[in-house]
Amino acid sequence: MSDILEARSVTKAFGGLVAVDEVDFTIPEGAIVSLIGPNGAGKTTFFNVIAGLYKPTRGTVHFGGKVISGLPPHQITRYGIARTFQNIRLFQNMTAVENVMVGHHSRMTSSPFDAILRLPRERTEERETEVKARELLEYVGLKGRDGVTAKNLPYGDQRRLELARALAAEPKLLLLDEPTAGMDPNETARMTAFIRRLRDERGITVLLIEHDMKVVMGISERVTVLDHGTKIAEGTPTVVQRDERVIEAYLGRAASAAS
Amino acid sequence: MRRSSEGWWYTAKGAARDRNIVTTAGAIALALAFPVINQVLNLGWEAKAIPISLFIVLALGLNVVVGFAGLLDLGYAAFFAIGAYSMAFLTSEVSPFAFVREGQPVNFFIAMLISSAVAACFGVLLGAPTLRLRGDYLAIVTLGFGEIVPLVIRNTPEVTKGTQGMNPIGYPEVPGVHFATDPVPWYYLIVAVLMVSVVLTGRLQRSRIGRAWAAMREDEVAAASMGVNLVTTKLFAFSLGASFSGFAGSIWASYLQVIAPEQFRFDVSIFVLVMIILGGLGNIYGVIAGGLILGFVDRIMFDWFSAIVHGIGRATNNSELELTDTSRMRQLLFGVSLVVLMLVRPEGLFPSARRRAELHAAEESETEAAQERAVIEDIE
Repeated sequence: MSDILEARSVTKAFGGLVAVDEVDFTIPEGAIVSLIGPNGAGKTTFFNVIAGLYKPTRGTVHFGGKVISGLPPHQITRYGIARTFQNIRLFQNMTAVENVMVGHHSRMTSSPFDAILRLPRERTEERETEVKARELLEYVGLKGRDGVTAKNLPYGDQRRLELARALAAEPKLLLLDEPTAGMDPNETARMTAFIRRLRDERGITVLLIEHDMKVVMGISERVTVLDHGTKIAEGTPTVVQRDERVIEAYLGRAASAAS
Repeated sequence: MRRSSEGWWYTAKGAARDRNIVTTAGAIALALAFPVINQVLNLGWEAKAIPISLFIVLALGLNVVVGFAGLLDLGYAAFFAIGAYSMAFLTSEVSPFAFVREGQPVNFFIAMLISSAVAACFGVLLGAPTLRLRGDYLAIVTLGFGEIVPLVIRNTPEVTKGTQGMNPIGYPEVPGVHFATDPVPWYYLIVAVLMVSVVLTGRLQRSRIGRAWAAMREDEVAAASMGVNLVTTKLFAFSLGASFSGFAGSIWASYLQVIAPEQFRFDVSIFVLVMIILGGLGNIYGVIAGGLILGFVDRIMFDWFSAIVHGIGRATNNSELELTDTSRMRQLLFGVSLVVLMLVRPEGLFPSARRRAELHAAEESETEAAQERAVIEDIE
């Protein structure tokens, strides 16, 4: 299995604060990989570097053999990386189906001039995008909620909608920032199953940031642990779980000594 | 009416669609028949309908920038001025271009297109350095631009004739139509431009770019992450809005036959902004309604008002009332009515469903906003 994404000694500093420090990281194609670490470990910063919201201070990110670090986010999306956000960032006042249609933006080709002239190909593209958006809503379990304004959806549905919007970008790699945050155990189990389905049915590679250890250990094939911006452990869930530095990072020195 | 829970681009169906068609056809018929109605009823409004409809064209353009893309532009009159002066440069006997002065003015309709293109270029010029700015900060920069343009015009008399103004300016020459003496063809010209503007902005709003504007207005970071190119999307909004203003400016210059920097001051920008806020940001038909109402109040009702005040003055032998200049009260009345409107109906009279929702939503928390700024700064 070849690597779809490769980060080479990525460093991101905000002034004097080094949030991500010399992290090497790869994601094999078709895998579900998790990134964990205590609060403030630099997970989301690393995520934002991959997604193009931050430029790395040093180091490069390669995706499908091309360097993507330094490119603007919309271009990275076009290459095939889509994401969700830790604190849901839907287009609150747009309907569910509109949100998903925006997600498809990078796969559409109509120019404003096509729209002004109402060229048949523009009309067709709009129609197809809408059909696709409704299908995706159904796929994530939001059938019949197409016309609901995003902010009026219940929390769990908003997470699902964000996922549908990301899928509309037809990603090869999906970045999920705490997809089960704030969910009850039932919803969490459903979301976990859904992520696995995404990979199995659609062949999408998944990178996951997660706090819920049960989720991480349940679905990831590989786990990378960040602490204070540096990678402290990497391996299968069971290996990482027993790693002393990981236990120390999460629970403190005394706990690791006691165990 | 379409269900408000559905998106804005869903074409209405069945009875609702028929109703829409009837309303639109009625409005078009009324607009086209206006000069006849005006003549039959002897209203004497033909000279007033022209600035009113012209300002609606301006409002439609500004609506793209402010209503669709959410970029607050307080210097919109600058593009109006640029369009007007482009027309003058291309057709006036006092043009700085020798070939125009020496009897080869550019054809009006071609000059109109060029003026609009020039304004669009200036739209990009203003847009490019302000890409990272939002809200208040963007408003300040555009305000500055709106101030600079008339100042430059005033202080370069060798090119623009300064405060003296440029006169005369070329007008359209169509065989059998007397643009020089008759306001009616001007009215039809502007209504034609207005209708094209409505169709154009309406189609854009319901397209891929319209959705991108809306997404960008809601959340720039999320929009960029979904594949929206913030740079081109913003610049397109700026230049499209400016091109409308350029169109309107070129017609205005030719209609008035004289232009001077004083005609393009800050009040003009605010007046247009008030039109779209009054009518309902983001809603094309709301904007037209807002423009009609404000134009009617400004150009027609104030005349009535002043006639009434003067009449009362005469009747009571109060010379002070009789000679009061009511136009001074105009700004006051506008101000008061705007404040009232903002308190009672901040979304405007005919808001788009989405804008109404936005204004009544809880405000984003401060920390979130701060985070966002940090992220946006890094995107560039």
